[in-house]
Order: sequence, then structure tokens, then C-alpha cells
Amino acid sequence: MATIKVGMADLNICKAPDMITTLGLGSCIGIAVYDPVTKVGGLAHIMLPDSTQMRNNSNIAKFADTGIEELIRRVTMAGANKRRLVAKIAGGAKMFEVKGISGVGNVGERNAMASKAKLSQLGIPLLAEDTGLNYGRTVELYPATGEFYIKAVGKPLRII
Amino acid sequence: MAKFSLDQVNDMYFDVLKEIGNIGAGNATTAISHMLNIKVNMEVPSVKFLTFQELPTAISAEEETVVGIYLEVESDIGGSMMFLLKMESAQYLVNRLMGRPDDYAEEFNEMDLSAIKEIGNIISGSYLSALSSMTNMVITASVPYLSIDMAAAILSVPAIQFGQYGDNALLIQTEFGDDVKIQGFFILMPDVESYDKILTSLGIAL
Repeated sequence: MATIKVGMADLNICKAPDMITTLGLGSCIGIAVYDPVTKVGGLAHIMLPDSTQMRNNSNIAKFADTGIEELIRRVTMAGANKRRLVAKIAGGAKMFEVKGISGVGNVGERNAMASKAKLSQLGIPLLAEDTGLNYGRTVELYPATGEFYIKAVGKPLRII
Repeated sequence: MAKFSLDQVNDMYFDVLKEIGNIGAGNATTAISHMLNIKVNMEVPSVKFLTFQELPTAISAEEETVVGIYLEVESDIGGSMMFLLKMESAQYLVNRLMGRPDDYAEEFNEMDLSAIKEIGNIISGSYLSALSSMTNMVITASVPYLSIDMAAAILSVPAIQFGQYGDNALLIQTEFGDDVKIQGFFILMPDVESYDKILTSLGIAL
């Protein structure tokens, strides 16, 4: 079983029995999708909610909207059926309890909302999520079972 | 629309940041030295220009627990600043400050966390006052906010701020200490308009 690593503002696909992971999600979101029949999945690590708000938006994996579109394109090319795809997401934490409404305070929440909106627009059911709060998360997707592991400092392993 | 993009950063800007880092770290070292009542030496800071792929591992492995102190920067320029310390460095500084033996390694209590915030405050304040005197601008900082968590998760905060106008981030690494070397990392995140203001006030043409 190989492990495929996804960096920040990055995405990739994974086929069972391999596992795909991204380490230390903070305010970013890890979006996992998979097809339970062909056991083909993928993971995106997005940083910002909306590419249309940005002048420099050439890195499509950086944004929830373009990142999810590209993730779906890649997993379907690798053998997943779009109609069977399901999703799980994690991350979107508020790492610092900054007061007020500045960008850093609520970007995690906006990332989570934008990710859910995009999945819903594409008709991909969101089966589970572990978002918000104030701590970092490492996630692992196992396309063989669809299990999405969430690891955080000083907390028990959570499987969604 | 601001003209500045970090993706077009030049050598001169690099040197200026390095110099600010140098003076700031010098100020910070003096402050720390008084606070801990020890003799503190300082190395020349290094300025690194990193992509998002490199940033999460710039100070440690992605999942290693580190200390992050975050401050909002206000007045003539807007933005934020972050100071990061490795766990062992934070533990060492706290032990010194609390008069404990160097090998004490219990989990931080409330008092320790306040002490860490104060260290971050002093160091960041020293850095900002260097920037302020070089640019002749009034620069103030908010109260410090603290997070002790995975390095990559903490670094997602500056990454997202830089991510709004480019694909790179600037990291300033300083090293100070007596026998034990403390490694500290600064990330200054002015908003886009403030970059222009800083460079203009330093007489650097874009």
C-alpha cells in the first residue's frame, strides 16, 4: 500500500489499496471524494474560498471552487463515476482567536461554506465533515473503505 | 490597485527586509537579554522566499508541534505578523523566565502561556519598531494571540494571507541565545496596499 501526499494548494487522486493524505490542515480545507464501487478517490487541500475574487488565480488547486472542479475531473478521468461520487471534508479551523471580522478570523469558516456550496452545486453528497473549532488536523482517505481519518494534537483519532 | 506582487520580489527588497530583520532581531535580543538576565548573542538573520509547497516544512516537519504568536498590525500600515518558536525553544525560554531547571518539561500552565505571549509580544514589538523607525511610519500591534499546534496548521494562516496576492511567502529566520541557541521565525504579512507604502517610504521604486 502506497501513501500519496498532497501539499498545500495541491490535489491528487488515489486508488485502493493506496492511501492519500494531507498533513496539518489549519484554516485550509481537505476535500475527499471517492467512488465506493471503483474505489477511486482523491483529495484536495484548498486555501481560499473563491477564485473569482482574486486577481492572481492561476493555481486552481488553491481555491474551493476551481479546486473541487479539478478534483472531480481528475478522479473521473482515473475511473470514478461522477454519479456515484461522495464527499467528506475536514479543516477550516480558526487557529487564532482574533477578535473582529478581519480575513484571518473567519477564513476557515468561509472555506468550509464555499466547499459545501461547490459540492452541492455539482450534486455530490457530503457524507460527513469535521470542520471549524481551533485546532489543526491531519487527514487520510482510504478509498478501499471510504474511511476518512482525522488526527489532531492531543486528541483521539476520529474516523468519519 | 496595488502594484506590488511578491512573485516579482527583487534583490533590493530582499536586502531591505534582511536589514529590518537584523535591526529588529537586535532590538529583540536586547529585550530578551534584559528579561532573562542572561547574555544573548545573535546570528545574522536569513530571509527566505518560499512557495506554498515549501512553507509548511520551512521550520519543522508538518506535524511537529510548534508555538505560533499572531498579532494584527495597525495604524499607518495594515496587516499582520507571526512569530514562531520550536517547542524546545519555547520550553527553554519559559524555564529561564520562571526560574526552573533547564530540563523541566511539564505541559505549559496558564502562567507559562502568558509568558510565551509576552515573549512573542516583546520580540514582535522589537521587529515592528525597527520597521517603524526605518520607514518613519507609525506602526502598532494588537494584543498577541497564541496557538500551539501542528506547524503546517499554524503556517496555513500566513499562507492564506500571502495566498490572496501570490504563490509565495517570505520567512525571516533569526537565531539567538547563550549556550542554547533559540531559533525564532518571523513572518510579516502587510496587506497589499501596505507593501507599496513600505517600499515607497524606503525609497524603493517598484
